[in-house]
Amino acid sequence: MKVVVNFDLCMGNAQCMMAAPQVFEVRDDGMLYVLQEEPPETLRAAVEHAARLCPTQAITIEK
Amino acid sequence: MRTVVIVGASLAGLSAAKALRRQGFDGTITLIGDELHRPYQRPPLSKQFLAGTWDRARLDLPDRGDLGLDAMLGTAAASLDLASREVTLEDGRRVRFDGLVIATGARARKPRWHAGLRGVFTLRTVDDALALRAYIAEGHRNVAIVGAGFIGCETAATLRGSGCDVTLIDFERLPMLRALGESLAGLCRDLHEAHGVRSVFGAGVEALVGRESVEGVRLADARIVEADCVVVGTGVTPNVEWLAGSGLVIDDGVVCDSTCAALGSEGVVVAGDVARWQHPHYGPRRIEHWNNAIAQADAAVTTLLAMPGKGVPYAAVPFFWSDQYDCKLQLIGAPEAGDAARVVEGALGERRFVMLFERDGSASGAFLFNSMHRVAAYTTTVEAGLGRVTEGIAQ
Repeated sequence: MKVVVNFDLCMGNAQCMMAAPQVFEVRDDGMLYVLQEEPPETLRAAVEHAARLCPTQAITIEK
Repeated sequence: MRTVVIVGASLAGLSAAKALRRQGFDGTITLIGDELHRPYQRPPLSKQFLAGTWDRARLDLPDRGDLGLDAMLGTAAASLDLASREVTLEDGRRVRFDGLVIATGARARKPRWHAGLRGVFTLRTVDDALALRAYIAEGHRNVAIVGAGFIGCETAATLRGSGCDVTLIDFERLPMLRALGESLAGLCRDLHEAHGVRSVFGAGVEALVGRESVEGVRLADARIVEADCVVVGTGVTPNVEWLAGSGLVIDDGVVCDSTCAALGSEGVVVAGDVARWQHPHYGPRRIEHWNNAIAQADAAVTTLLAMPGKGVPYAAVPFFWSDQYDCKLQLIGAPEAGDAARVVEGALGERRFVMLFERDGSASGAFLFNSMHRVAAYTTTVEAGLGRVTEGIAQ
């Protein structure tokens, strides 16, 4: 699983961080940091939930 | 259950379809929608799309095409017959179902004076946004916005950013007063005024002025605000008319139990803006926010696929955000007038701060201003506060 964020779309709403804090972190500069670009399969459900919640649909999951 | 019909093809409806497949439903899914468009995102309509920084294709909600939907778009549902388990569309077609998801959302409320003139817009659909954009591009750049709720305030910010003259009008004393309370609403007024928005608050609208095209807004005190374009953002009305006589309970939305099952039926669930469900913490409530459309669709589908009476209560904490100028406003929970409010990070008026709301010593909500990195932490705080309140009631 590979996590791809379109940073042109990301508005820093931090919904992904609530769904999958092991993978997504919004820091105090308001920017999103992807902590693991290829997270383990055990996190797939959480990452998919994060992608669904994203208000700008900026997260896609490849493979 | 072999056939599920979803009425409403926006975020809640599409989320329900995805949830059905994710939860293993392999029968037929029919998605009915009154708009011709495939499901798209509404939040950018008052922001990136209105500003012109997002193009039309970016609005589409992702659908990898593997949902196997039977989409019937461009025709609204006209009635529901629970005895024969059929939805009838406006063009007379009938669709039979075993399970039904109602996700018909809400539409922009149009005040009685909203009629007849060119240059008067609501902002709910992509067609609304395209029409407004085109009218402004024709050179109508003196805009009055009636209703200083979130849509009105976002529209004001976006159009100021596009160089329009903007007047924000509301019968309340301050913008977003009911949602945010006195001190935060005052801050929002200051934010808009600092960006050159004229504000006319505490003033009801009596009528629009103009012959063919709008030329201004006449207030209840007879003042006239000149404008060649008017945007009306005075709230929404749930789309429930098609359910009249169906036997479902309608009261500002479709009334549901705590599991999102519609009262007075079996195998009918409700999600999104149209659902008035028994929230375990707040009681009967409708939530018109993005996250709720997704999470409630998941919950409603879980209920639909479970045995009757085996659904799980849905207890989401409300969350919404608003982008105005270069500021991010986020509200977690549902604070009410009378809740104690105190700033817990930064200070009011600073570039960044957090305000916590408390009721009976428990957190009832949090307002974050340019503090996105704190969303997860304060969501946990508010969830814990609600949990304590509910335990207290149970005892």
